[in-house]
Amino acid sequence: MQSYGPQPVSRQLPTEEARDLLALTRDLAQREIAPGAAAEEEAGRFPRETFTLIGEAGLLGLPYPEEYGGGGQPYEVYLQVLEELAAARLTVGLGVSVHTLACHAVAHYGSKEQRAEHLPGMLGGTQLGAYCLSEPTSGSDAAALRTRAARDGDDWTIDGTKAWITHGGAADFYTVLARSGGEGAHGISAYLVPGDAPGLSAAPPERKMGLKGSPTAQVHFDGVRVPDTRRIGEPGQGFAIALGALDSGRLGIAACATGVAQAALDAALGYVLERRQFDRPVADFQGLRFMLADMATRIEAGRALYLAAARLRDSGQPFSARAAMAKLFCTDTAMQVTTDAVQLLGGYGYTADFPVERYMREAKVLQIVEGTNQIQRMVVARHLAGPESRG
Amino acid sequence: MSLRIVVAVKYVPDATGDRHFADDLTTDRDAVDGLLSELDEYAVEQALQIAEAADDAEITVLTVGPADAKDALRKALSMGADKAVHVEDDALHGTDVMGTSLVLAKAIEHAGFDLVVTGMASTDGTAGVVPALLAERLGIPQVTLLSEVAVSGGKVTGRRDGDAASEQVEASLPALVSVTDQSGEARYPSFKGIMAAKKKPVEALDLSDLGIDAADVGLAGAWTAVQEAAARPARSAGTIVKDEGEGGKQLAAFLAEHKFI
Ligand SMILES: Cc1cc2nc3c(=O)[nH]c(=O)nc-3n(C[C@H](O)[C@H](O)[C@H](O)COP(=O)(O)OP(=O)(O)OC[C@H]3O[C@@H](n4cnc5c(N)ncnc54)[C@H](O)[C@@H]3O)c2cc1C
Ligand SMILES: Cc1cc2nc3c(=O)[nH]c(=O)nc-3n(C[C@H](O)[C@H](O)[C@H](O)COP(=O)(O)OP(=O)(O)OC[C@H]3O[C@@H](n4cnc5c(N)ncnc54)[C@H](O)[C@@H]3O)c2cc1C
Repeated sequence: MQSYGPQPVSRQLPTEEARDLLALTRDLAQREIAPGAAAEEEAGRFPRETFTLIGEAGLLGLPYPEEYGGGGQPYEVYLQVLEELAAARLTVGLGVSVHTLACHAVAHYGSKEQRAEHLPGMLGGTQLGAYCLSEPTSGSDAAALRTRAARDGDDWTIDGTKAWITHGGAADFYTVLARSGGEGAHGISAYLVPGDAPGLSAAPPERKMGLKGSPTAQVHFDGVRVPDTRRIGEPGQGFAIALGALDSGRLGIAACATGVAQAALDAALGYVLERRQFDRPVADFQGLRFMLADMATRIEAGRALYLAAARLRDSGQPFSARAAMAKLFCTDTAMQVTTDAVQLLGGYGYTADFPVERYMREAKVLQIVEGTNQIQRMVVARHLAGPESRG
Repeated sequence: MSLRIVVAVKYVPDATGDRHFADDLTTDRDAVDGLLSELDEYAVEQALQIAEAADDAEITVLTVGPADAKDALRKALSMGADKAVHVEDDALHGTDVMGTSLVLAKAIEHAGFDLVVTGMASTDGTAGVVPALLAERLGIPQVTLLSEVAVSGGKVTGRRDGDAASEQVEASLPALVSVTDQSGEARYPSFKGIMAAKKKPVEALDLSDLGIDAADVGLAGAWTAVQEAAARPARSAGTIVKDEGEGGKQLAAFLAEHKFI
C-alpha cells in the first residue's frame, strides 16, 4: 500500500476492545455519516436518525459506567471516537460531545436513585440530551445567568430563556442551570428537565455560518414544573456542577477540532497530489510542502495534548488547566489548518464543491463554544498566576 | 425445542484492496486484509431476524478458512450470533467448491441443525453453487436466492424474485436457504455486542475431527483447477467530448457508433 497521501490516523489505544470500538466507529463514519454530510449541511438538515444509529451501536454513553448502560471507556478512548465522528461530520461529533456533557451532571452528582432512574435511558442510545447554561445576556460570564427556579411545594418552577442551545427543540432531556437563590455563582442549581415538559419550547434555530445541520436555538422555560427529585446535587451547587462538566466538555471540543483539522488536511493532501500546474503536481512545490508539514505537526501536537489531558483525567488527577490548553490549542489549530487547506485548493477550495470551505466555517465555531478561547486563556492564566485583582 | 440455525460465512479478501493470485494460482491471502463476505452479512442478518421471531433459537456461525477467518466469525458473533465453529487445516489450501461443501456439510452435521442459512455467493469465488451442493450433501430441501424469509410451524417460507415472476416458496425443516442482497440491510454490531462476542465460544476443528480424508480436499483433491490467471487490462481512458455547440450531436453519434442507441 502507498505509504503517503491521506492515511487513517494511527492511534495508540489501551485495549483490544478500544481498537474494536475505533474500527466500528470508522465503519459507521465512512459508510453512514460522511457520505451525506456535505449535502445535509448545506440543506441545514439535522440527522436525528444518525444519532439513533450510533446510539444503537453504543456510542452515546461511552465514558459512563457499564452498570448504568454506559460503555465504561476512559476519556482517552472516548475522545478518539469523537475525533473520528467529527472528522466525518462535525454536527455528529459535536452532538455526541454535547449529549455526553448533558449526561455529566446526573452521572457525577446525581443520587443513587437518580442515576438508576435516569441514566439507563440517557446512555442507552435512544435519547438525546441538551445542556442549558448560556443565556442571551450571559455567555462568558455564565454565573450571571437569570433563569429562575422557584420552590413550590415538592416542585420547582423554572422561568427564563436559555440561548445557543445545541439540540434545542430536538432533545429528549435538558440539563438546566437556573438561579434558585441569590446573585452570583452560589445561587445556581442544576435540574434535569424532560424534553416534553409543559412550558418548555424552542425558538426557530439560529441561522449560522456553519454547523448548519446542528440545531442551535433559544429554549424558553415558561413556568416549567419539575419535581424536586429532578434537582441534581445540592441547591446552590449548580455552577460547580456546570464547570465540572465543562472541563470534560472542553476535551470533547478539542477532539472534535482535531477531527475537523485532520479531515481538512486529508482533503488538501489528496488534492495537491493530483492537481498539476507548471507540469507537475502542486504537491511538488516546497512552499506547499512546508505548509502541509506545519499543518500535520500542529494536528499531531494537538492530539497529543488532548490525550495527555485525558490521561490525567482518567487517572483521577486535576486536569482543568490541561483541558483548557487542549481546547485552546486544538481549536486554534483547526482554524489555521482549515484556512490553509482552503489555500491549498486555490479557487476550488473556496467553492462548496469541495469540503474544505465547510471545514473552515466549522472550525470557527469551535473557538467560541464551551468557553471562548479568550476564556480558555483566562483559565490557563489563573492556574499560572492565580486569580486577577488580588490587590 | 430450540430452533438450531447454522449460518455458513466466508472470510474473503477485501474487494477494495489490491487482490492477487499467489504462485500456485490460489488467492494470495497475505497481501490483502480479509473480512466477512458482505453477501454473508445478509445471511447472518436473516438468521438473527428468524431467531428473534422464534421463541427459542440458537445461531451457530461456521467458516472454513485460514486462521484469520476467525475475524469473520467474530464479526458475526458481535452482530448477535451465539457460537461459532471454525474449520482450519493446512490441507484445505486450494480446496474447490466440492471440497468446501464436503467440509461444510460435515461441520454442519457436527454442530446440529434445523435450518442452514447461506449467502447467495461469495464475493471472491462467486461460484454460487456451495448452497446447492451443501443441501445435496446434507440430503435436505433447498430454497435458494430468497429476498424474504421466515420460519414458522416447522417450515421455512420465503420469496424468490426472478425476472419474470416473484415466487412464494416453502420447505419443511430441516432445510437450507440462501438469501440475496435484497433481503434487508445487515445491522452494525454494537460496542456491547463486540465485547460480548469475545466471550462467546468458538469451536476449532480440523479435518480429522470431522473424519475427512485430506486427499478429498485441497489443491490435489479439487475437481477443478485454475490453469491461468491474468490481471484484467486496465480500462482505457474515455473519450472527452468538448462542447463547442455540437456536444449533444457528438454524444449521440458516439452512442450510435457503439450501438447503445
Ligand atoms: C453553535 C453554538 C452552539 C452552542 N451550544 C451551546 C450549548 O449547547 N449550551 C450552552 O449553554 N451554550 C452553548 N453555546 C454558547 C457558547 O458557549 C457561548 O456563545 C460562549 O460561551 C460565548 O458567549 P457569548 O456568545 O455570549 O459571548 P460573550 O461572552 O458576549 O463574548 C463576546 C466576546 O468577548 C470576549 N470576552 C468575554 N469575556 C471576556 C473576558 N473576561 N476576557 C477577555 N475576553 C472576554 C469573548 O471571548 C468574545 O470574544 C453555543 C454557541 C454556539 C455558537
Ligand atoms: C475459478 C476459481 C478459482 C479459485 N481460486 C481459488 C484460490 O485461488 N484460492 C482458494 O483458496 N480457493 C480458490 N477457489 C476455491 C473457491 O474459493 C472455493 O470453492 C470456495 O470456498 C467456495 O466457492 P465460492 O466462494 O465461490 O462459494 P459460493 O458458492 O459463491 O458461496 C455461497 C455461500 O456458501 C457459503 N460458503 C462458501 N464458502 C464458504 C466457506 N469457506 N466457509 C463458510 N461458508 C462458505 C457462504 O454462505 C456463501 O455465501 C477457486 C474456485 C474457482 C471456481
